[in-house]
Amino acid sequence: MPSTHDWINNPLGVVPSLNDVPLHYLKPNSLVRFRCLIQDMFDPEFYMGAYETVDPSTKVLRCGKYKDVTECGVDLNSRNTVTAERQTFYCVPIPGENPWVKEISFSLAGSSQARVVPSTSYVPSRQKRSYEEDDDMDTQPQKQREPHTGMSPQSHTEPHGNGDCKRQETEAPSSQTTSASHLDLNFPLPGEKGPSCLVKVYEDWDSFKLNDTLEVYGILSVSPALSALAEEKDASSSLLDPAECMETAEEQRVHSPPASLVPRLHMIYAKPLPHCNPLLPSAALEDNSAFLSSTLSEMASVRTELLAYLTHVLLGDALAAEYLILHLISSVYARRDVLPLGKFTLNVSGCPTVASYTERLYQIIQQLVPCSYRLSMSLQNMNQLRLVPKKDYVANRLVSGALQLARNTSLFLDETQLEQGQLDTTGVRNITALGNLISWQKVDYDFNYHQMEFPCNINVLIASEGRSLLPSDCQVHLQPQVAPPQMEEYLSAIHMHPQASSQLNKFRLYLSLARTLDYSISDEVTKAVEDDFVDMRKDDPQSISAEDFHRLLVVARLLSLSLGQTSLSRDSWMRAKHIETLRRSRTEQQQQCVNGNEP
Amino acid sequence: MSSPTSTPGRKRARTDNPSTPSNDAATSPPSQRRRGQDSSTGELPPMPTSPATDMLSPAVPQDTSLFSSPRHSVLPSEVDMSSPLMYGTPSSRVEGTPRSGVRGTPARQRPDLGSVRKAPQVDLHSDLPNDDGAAVSDGQNAGQRLVIWGTDVNVGTCKEKFQRFLQRFIDPNSTEDENAGLDLNEPLYMQKLEEISVVGDPVLNVNCGHVQSFDAELYRQLICYPQEVIPTFDMAVNELFFERFPDSILEHQIQVRPYNALKTRNMRSLNPEDIDQLITISGMVIRTSQLIPEMQEAFFQCQVCAYNTRVEVDRGRIAEPAVCRNCNTTHSLALIHNRSVFSDKQMIKVQESPEDMPAGQTPHTTVVYAHNDLVDKVQPGDRVNITGIYRAVPMRVNPRQSNVKSVYKTHIDAIHFRKTDEKRLHRLDEEAEQKLFTEDRVQTLKELAAKPDVYERLSSALAPSIYEHEDIKKGILLQLFGGTRKDFSQTGRGNFRAEINILLCGDPGTSKSQLLQYVFNLVPRGQYTSGKGSSAVGLTAYVMKDPETRQLVLQTGALVLSDNGICCIDEFDKMSDNTRSVLHEVMEQQTLSIAKAGIICQLNARTSILAAANPVESQWNPKKTTIENIQLPHTLLSRFDLIFLMLDPQDEAYDRRLAHHLVSLYYQSEEQLEEEFLDMTVLKDYIAYARTYINPRLNEEASQALIEAYVDMRKIGSGRGMVSAYPRQLESLIRLAEAHAKVRFSDKVETIDVEEAKRLHREALKQSATDPRTGFVDISILTTGMSATARKRKEEVAQALKKLIQAKGKTPAMKYQQLFDDLRGQSETAITKELFEEALRALADEDYLTVTGKTVRLLA
Repeated sequence: MPSTHDWINNPLGVVPSLNDVPLHYLKPNSLVRFRCLIQDMFDPEFYMGAYETVDPSTKVLRCGKYKDVTECGVDLNSRNTVTAERQTFYCVPIPGENPWVKEISFSLAGSSQARVVPSTSYVPSRQKRSYEEDDDMDTQPQKQREPHTGMSPQSHTEPHGNGDCKRQETEAPSSQTTSASHLDLNFPLPGEKGPSCLVKVYEDWDSFKLNDTLEVYGILSVSPALSALAEEKDASSSLLDPAECMETAEEQRVHSPPASLVPRLHMIYAKPLPHCNPLLPSAALEDNSAFLSSTLSEMASVRTELLAYLTHVLLGDALAAEYLILHLISSVYARRDVLPLGKFTLNVSGCPTVASYTERLYQIIQQLVPCSYRLSMSLQNMNQLRLVPKKDYVANRLVSGALQLARNTSLFLDETQLEQGQLDTTGVRNITALGNLISWQKVDYDFNYHQMEFPCNINVLIASEGRSLLPSDCQVHLQPQVAPPQMEEYLSAIHMHPQASSQLNKFRLYLSLARTLDYSISDEVTKAVEDDFVDMRKDDPQSISAEDFHRLLVVARLLSLSLGQTSLSRDSWMRAKHIETLRRSRTEQQQQCVNGNEP
Repeated sequence: MSSPTSTPGRKRARTDNPSTPSNDAATSPPSQRRRGQDSSTGELPPMPTSPATDMLSPAVPQDTSLFSSPRHSVLPSEVDMSSPLMYGTPSSRVEGTPRSGVRGTPARQRPDLGSVRKAPQVDLHSDLPNDDGAAVSDGQNAGQRLVIWGTDVNVGTCKEKFQRFLQRFIDPNSTEDENAGLDLNEPLYMQKLEEISVVGDPVLNVNCGHVQSFDAELYRQLICYPQEVIPTFDMAVNELFFERFPDSILEHQIQVRPYNALKTRNMRSLNPEDIDQLITISGMVIRTSQLIPEMQEAFFQCQVCAYNTRVEVDRGRIAEPAVCRNCNTTHSLALIHNRSVFSDKQMIKVQESPEDMPAGQTPHTTVVYAHNDLVDKVQPGDRVNITGIYRAVPMRVNPRQSNVKSVYKTHIDAIHFRKTDEKRLHRLDEEAEQKLFTEDRVQTLKELAAKPDVYERLSSALAPSIYEHEDIKKGILLQLFGGTRKDFSQTGRGNFRAEINILLCGDPGTSKSQLLQYVFNLVPRGQYTSGKGSSAVGLTAYVMKDPETRQLVLQTGALVLSDNGICCIDEFDKMSDNTRSVLHEVMEQQTLSIAKAGIICQLNARTSILAAANPVESQWNPKKTTIENIQLPHTLLSRFDLIFLMLDPQDEAYDRRLAHHLVSLYYQSEEQLEEEFLDMTVLKDYIAYARTYINPRLNEEASQALIEAYVDMRKIGSGRGMVSAYPRQLESLIRLAEAHAKVRFSDKVETIDVEEAKRLHREALKQSATDPRTGFVDISILTTGMSATARKRKEEVAQALKKLIQAKGKTPAMKYQQLFDDLRGQSETAITKELFEEALRALADEDYLTVTGKTVRLLA
């Protein structure tokens, strides 16, 4: 099917995206695309692949593929009925996707989506639509997870704006009390919005994995019949057949939610997304050598600019800025038995606690990476948040947690928010989960009777005052060049001159590109590196342990990549050693400082 | 994209059985062609003949002419069956099974087979085949008999074949626990029938594997048409039973429960082709519903004339008779609930077992219906093998709309449950745990085992990312295999520990944790805990109140959960003393005693322990002994078979190799590494296979070698007045030797195994029990916490002191301080106050003197 692939490879402006266009603007049964993460996998279902209509005069064979509902009466006894199998995935928008990604992908697709309102506004409209549709549905409780997210300005311009507000007022309290039972769209991160989708997969579903990010092209199905079917079942059929009780109301709600809220998408084609930066072409870089060579040559200069910018952000600490760049381009590129290679968890200690510095730092990072999430490690959060996804057997679904993130998401752990106090069981479990995530890059999902390990690839950045209580690959103690009294002023100045957006785009492209580059090391350099290690050990065996050497190799790799070099050079190795020495001496200094103060 | 009409062709369409294009279409119009007693109970009329089942006539092609003769008998019976008037007289209930002996015993309905009625078999009238020989070669003769609608099953032949199977099947190699106590050289199932006659439990479990090996054709029919074949089996077995035991009284007729159908093993591989077939899947029960009473037979009474009638429930519907047959009043019949017949039904949700799942996907779940006595047989959390019939039912038709959701609901009607972990807590059940290995796999494993360097290969395949530490890896490898379990409970010693415990200690950052993680990921029943984070309760078991039932529930901790596995404990030194104390029992007796909240029990915890400890002073102090370095009680240390030190060796050649290893770890491509090392799955299977099937025993030479080794070990020490071996060490040696034999897949422990065990044991001792003062290996460091040299020194001082006192002549009392000074002056080595006091105490123990305050008095 080469012709279909042409528009798939160059779809912009042709196929509307569910991420940008409000659902009610999309035509049912039309082709749409959806950028998403596979949050849960439901059981496979059998459907009528082909069926015959019941009317004997017009006995026609119809195809049931890519549809939820048959078109007319079905002759269930027909011998021509073909049973086929398909799989359902529950997909949510990529968690933690930053606003700039949405804006850029929206504007790239923009020209042909003339009729649509800005993407931030679709939630309220969609919400209202569902109310209109389900006016008589008193049994269906609150659908919107967070009623207040809907209050963006556009909703007031709608004719029903007033009614909407009133409804929300009355329903807001009930949503808190019944939060367990109302329809929860199951987003991994709190405060997320956007459509979630039931994606029906017809072919090759074994090749998809949980937490994969995809761009799905498929046929949109929002047939109201779907929700109608579900409702009636609740009402009447349970009397007829007690066996139906097994499918609890919760399960019903999760597996067949109203199509107006969770549309069905019948997948025709899915493009795996290795990254979700709209600035970087998603095709393999090898095919795009012109683009690659032009950007590679620029990388060194962009790096200098970025370094200057980050140095400024990190209160004039160039070394910390250097490490921050390395951290931002790190990624797990391979696993050796249990050991993930390439991860580079950075602990920036010594963060000033004034003027919500960590929050500002996160805002900067948010501007640079496509996906990120800031987890404030306050005692309350640690004791209450659900970090690890857990299987809910009653509703038969995987209840998401904040650690169910797409690959290469930046997780910003704000340890400055942690105060003294007691962690309860959940808190301990959460801390353990974070520790596992950092050390092994895996999350053990809780399946109640057993745990299942899901490998992940998340960049963890810990901001703390002292050394973090969590493990990390590398700790940099911040040495602000700004005196504490001026700190306040300096910090507020960071935001005073936001970088021009073209500059920001350069940084964004640079970071995503550096991460995808290949890397190798020549035999010659290998030899030199080995000699170096032996020499260092000869002088002072304590000076470098195997663990330090591990880290040094990672630093060297990331440093080369950050300069756009795809193989390790002698210079980069020396430079890596140099910054490592600087960092270590700083850490030691810091420790002595602390010890000196103790007595 | 392909056009819509062509797509379904590419789907996994149900291509049914040996499909001869049905020539019975003429005889039965589609509306009538309801497959005898079609699928499940719970749905509404426009009854799908479960998705696209092709109705087949007997698969005998030339029989169109023969077909005509019995047709007359067929059609009436078909009409009768579908007539509502006939519902009240299902043949099974009224007639019972036709044979005479059965008559007294009521048949029991089998909702698990989807219907309560018997199949509308076409040749009810024919009697048992008279000519045995003809029935065997059924090809030609079967044509004369008719078959059940939609199948190629001939009731007579099928029945006869099954009876022959019951009477003749012998499985001399049976290892199933169910067959314990049966004579393996006699027909197996006849013995089981005998058992039924004695015990009175009218259920016959039949292993499908046996049927297959006996008669492949019968097996095929059983798998493809369970709904028809199993009732036939029932009939056959009842005839046989009551012929043989005419006097036995059973609650109801015997039901056949086949299990172990080889059709499907994994929930993931279920597909539309399996619909209506007999399947076996394994999984874990995650939810069970309340008991659902399901009406099987409705009882109606006429309000006018009190005439009674019974109506069988047909697919969840009751066809209420409109007219009373007795008095012809219309709409006078009322349902009498408490005279209707109900059967139990339960819905069970089963989830794929974690082992069957491909990485990165979530487990699938399937709904299972259990009927009658299978209800409440399983609890959430149980691992079960379920044999049953796979069903697909279209979603309910919406009365208001002509549209139908084009999706089927699927479930399994359970026929047989087999719990796989039932006996784990009580005794060893290796068989239930055994993984099924394909022939090919076993072959590869055996080939691997035959290689002379298999031991080295396996140990280098273990955690390849961790550099060197060959002996430690070998030790862990042996731990993974474990020794042979021995039972001495008859002689009063109970079970002998077969598990090998290993302690790793050493500098931080020597990838101890990584090694632990690797092992934890490798073994199926591994637990990983950190000493810092775990409490005694978390390790053992705790009692919890179930929030729903308010019942006290025993929740097991890491040690119990890793029964038959390995419990990896990181930061062993940071564990609180209280927590560590529970390990004493586990590490030698392999049990856990619990007395809490009224629950007193002893749980099995046959777990190997792999622990890692850091030295107290963060860096290993080579001048101190192991005990002093890690500050663990020696009572606990002596329970470890092997104690390894993981130290930074700090020499140039090592550094170079390490650097090379690390660099290549980071920059070598996947493929290069694959070549070098064994696949983790191969290693897993190898271990699982060896653990299950290999039980090596000591041979004569090996025992001699062990004795010598032990005597030698004791001799080494005795030369210097030290003991370097205790019986515990001998036991360790035996375990290690057995494990090494397992590595070689050998049933005999031979001298080479003992040699390796000795070597490894010595290596470990050399590392951990070397007296830093003398450089000699000294086991007493581990067993008493003090090196023998230290003890010897103490004795010497005591003797010197005694001499000194004797030299002083007959002075009954001396000043303490003066004596101390004298001794210090006399001795050439420095004598500390502690040493002096210890010497005094030693002499006091000899009743030579007493110390009171500041004076020392002689006693003798």
